[in-house]
Amino acid sequence: MKYVEEFNDPELARRLLDDIAATITRPWAIMEVCGGQTHSIIRHGIDQLLPSQLELIHGPGCPVCVTPLETIDKALAIAARPEVIFCSFGDMLRVPGSHGDLFRVKSAGGDVRVVYSPLDALELAKAHPDRQVVFFGIGFETTAPPNAMTVYQAKRLGITNFSLLVSHVRVPPAITAIMESPGCRVQAFLAAGHVCSVMGTSEYPPLAERFRVPIVVTGFEPLDILEGIRRTVHQLEAGRAEVDNAYPRAVPAEGNPAAQAMLADVFEVTDRAWRGIGVIRRSGWRLSERYRAWDAEDRFDVGGIVTAESAQCRSGEVLQGLVKPHECAAFGTVCTPRTPLGATMVSSEGACAAYYLYRRLGGTSREAEPVGR
Amino acid sequence: MCLALPGKVLEITERDRTRMAKVDFGGVVKDVCLAYLPEIAVGDYTIVHVGFAIQKLDEASAVETLKLFEALGMMDQELGDPWGRAAADAGQVPPA
Amino acid sequence: MAGEPIPVADAAQEPVLDIDGWSCPRPLRDSPVVVLGHGGGGAMSAELVRHLFLPALGESEHGGLTDSAVIELGGARLAFSTDSYVVRPMIFPGGSIGDLAVNGTINDLAMSGAVPAHLSAGFILEEGTHLDLVGRIATAMGRAAAAAGVRVVTGDTKVVDAGHGDGVYVNTAGIGLVPDGVDIRPQRARPGDVVIVSGDLGVHGIAVMSVREGLEFGTEIVSDTAPLHGLVAAMLAVCPDLHVLRDPTRGGLAASLNEIAAAAGVGVELVERSLPVPEPVANACGLLGLDPLYVANEGKLVAFVPPERAEAVLAAMQTHAYGRRSRVIGSVVAEHPGLEVARTALGGTRVVDLPWGELLPRIC
Repeated sequence: MKYVEEFNDPELARRLLDDIAATITRPWAIMEVCGGQTHSIIRHGIDQLLPSQLELIHGPGCPVCVTPLETIDKALAIAARPEVIFCSFGDMLRVPGSHGDLFRVKSAGGDVRVVYSPLDALELAKAHPDRQVVFFGIGFETTAPPNAMTVYQAKRLGITNFSLLVSHVRVPPAITAIMESPGCRVQAFLAAGHVCSVMGTSEYPPLAERFRVPIVVTGFEPLDILEGIRRTVHQLEAGRAEVDNAYPRAVPAEGNPAAQAMLADVFEVTDRAWRGIGVIRRSGWRLSERYRAWDAEDRFDVGGIVTAESAQCRSGEVLQGLVKPHECAAFGTVCTPRTPLGATMVSSEGACAAYYLYRRLGGTSREAEPVGR
Repeated sequence: MCLALPGKVLEITERDRTRMAKVDFGGVVKDVCLAYLPEIAVGDYTIVHVGFAIQKLDEASAVETLKLFEALGMMDQELGDPWGRAAADAGQVPPA
Repeated sequence: MAGEPIPVADAAQEPVLDIDGWSCPRPLRDSPVVVLGHGGGGAMSAELVRHLFLPALGESEHGGLTDSAVIELGGARLAFSTDSYVVRPMIFPGGSIGDLAVNGTINDLAMSGAVPAHLSAGFILEEGTHLDLVGRIATAMGRAAAAAGVRVVTGDTKVVDAGHGDGVYVNTAGIGLVPDGVDIRPQRARPGDVVIVSGDLGVHGIAVMSVREGLEFGTEIVSDTAPLHGLVAAMLAVCPDLHVLRDPTRGGLAASLNEIAAAAGVGVELVERSLPVPEPVANACGLLGLDPLYVANEGKLVAFVPPERAEAVLAAMQTHAYGRRSRVIGSVVAEHPGLEVARTALGGTRVVDLPWGELLPRIC
């Protein structure tokens, strides 16, 4: 695929790695915010190729990991209703709620469908006027415009049997929460490239300045990730703390104005609970007053949900980089990818799941404990 | 978060008064919503996430970025042994 | 997953459910029902077999979890296999549920090295299904059987009320003779074995998924369903001592290689750059967030070959119609037993885990 293959070139990767190795002189801890970046790092074995002084802390940029337990439970309750066709991205199907997951609801007779795009859910609503179609609107700023457009269309076309269960989260407040948490070891951030394709880069300079951390906007192919890391290491070694765009082909500084305008119309900022972390002020979006009629939480009475998070789960601390997965007492015993207690063990981007997979590799990789976990 | 891929706009149509396009991802063609990129044209490359085009891919920028990567290696060649240079820069034994 | 001995049911008792041996006690105790993942061909499927069916049915000394069982009967070595076909959509680019039903069971037999001889065919038809469709499926089966030189010799048809089936479900079972000296089973994988795949990966799964996901392909991706017993015979002709054969269907190559690694207590190492994934398949996978290693294949096999015969086997495969794009993709090692790893194009290593349940697209 054009503009993908070229950014997978092993020879160029080698050059970027050599530069990183040649530049680094002391240990540094970098957090990549985005789950897609974590996925790419694991998928290509990038962490094993980096110098051992470099630690990658996997951040909370994974909607699977951070969607609040209460929201998952609401999703399960709505999906179980006989009149509902519940549509979701594939990522969410195995996320454990207080009692089961969407797969479990499906097996009990719930109409749960995986869709590629929220527009597919809208088409289902048109095709089934007698059913209530609900779309699970999770994600960061990248996914919010597609979800917003879908609700906008529903309103414009008068499709009343469609609603959105919203759980959108924003990156900049998460960076603030991470940097403010005691024991935080993060010294630099790889910002999420596609989030910035939508929102631009203007929210990051104040953060870089306030917390004295380099923030490098980074893409997702191996060369993009390595370049993001390379520029970050150069900044760290030079004592700089600036915002730098290492993904210019997909990120103009202003982002996407049309998408931002839609977000301002359809959503409003709200406080949002991040699973395992707690409430981060003004870190989420919910439907604005004009679109409240399409809000699934209002439409379906799902109040009175009592959540039951596992007492042993330390996902939140893992997500913030405060604790390594193997330092959790439940890791590998009660909590495994087959029997996840928390979302970081479910998601393939979750630090716990990744760590679990790689610890069996032992002496095959460069060190017994893979870098960055 | 944010699996999005670059694809080439093949043809632009309209559905429910919304701009849609057929986008080609290296031989795989999918319908994509163009509502957020009013300026995009046939032949342009665009970044697509969950069926929506969210940004135009700046082809010139892509080429320049690759050239920068290639230049990293070029400098090594000009200066001779890359390990020696790295060792000199870092003041330490080069990694194995 | 459990390592305890599996209790064998006493005929006089209720079947013993090894609930404590399940590695997911919480979900099961909350809601002990079948979920889609149990049919995904991955770890959940294996657990269902190991902890529910085997205790009830009694573990066979012929080996519980291979594609087909090789049994001695009246002095002959027979391979015996069964498979059920529930694919949706029933008609897809390149074939139908009928083609899969014949080729799939032929291939299960062929993976033991057997020459497939006879098939049975059972149909569960949902009331209201168009007879045109049933006819189309049956015709496809007849054609596939004839092309493979195999006969359907017995069968059965049942009809269930509308809403209690899903169109057409097909079960086929098959028998065939295993030639003398041929001993092909997952346990035979040895460090040093060369791993060869018979052609392009991910084709069938993407062909089927493209219908569901509204993907169009410039050059159409059509299912690669095909009977492989001829290819296997050609391989055996140059190497009677093939160690392992597997057709990587549900769960993809990842599932097959994990199972073999676990059964033989060896490690498997793949070289990613060697994997033959056609560009449209790779791009469709990229779009949906799927890994080609986990996508279902039809008409493909993976072979574990003693290293001294690898070149000859590869050459024999490449001259066969169903093996033209055969490639060496990896090897068996003594390290990390039970684990399948892949060397990435960048030179890193990634663990290729057993798929858990259903293959799901992602947006992350």
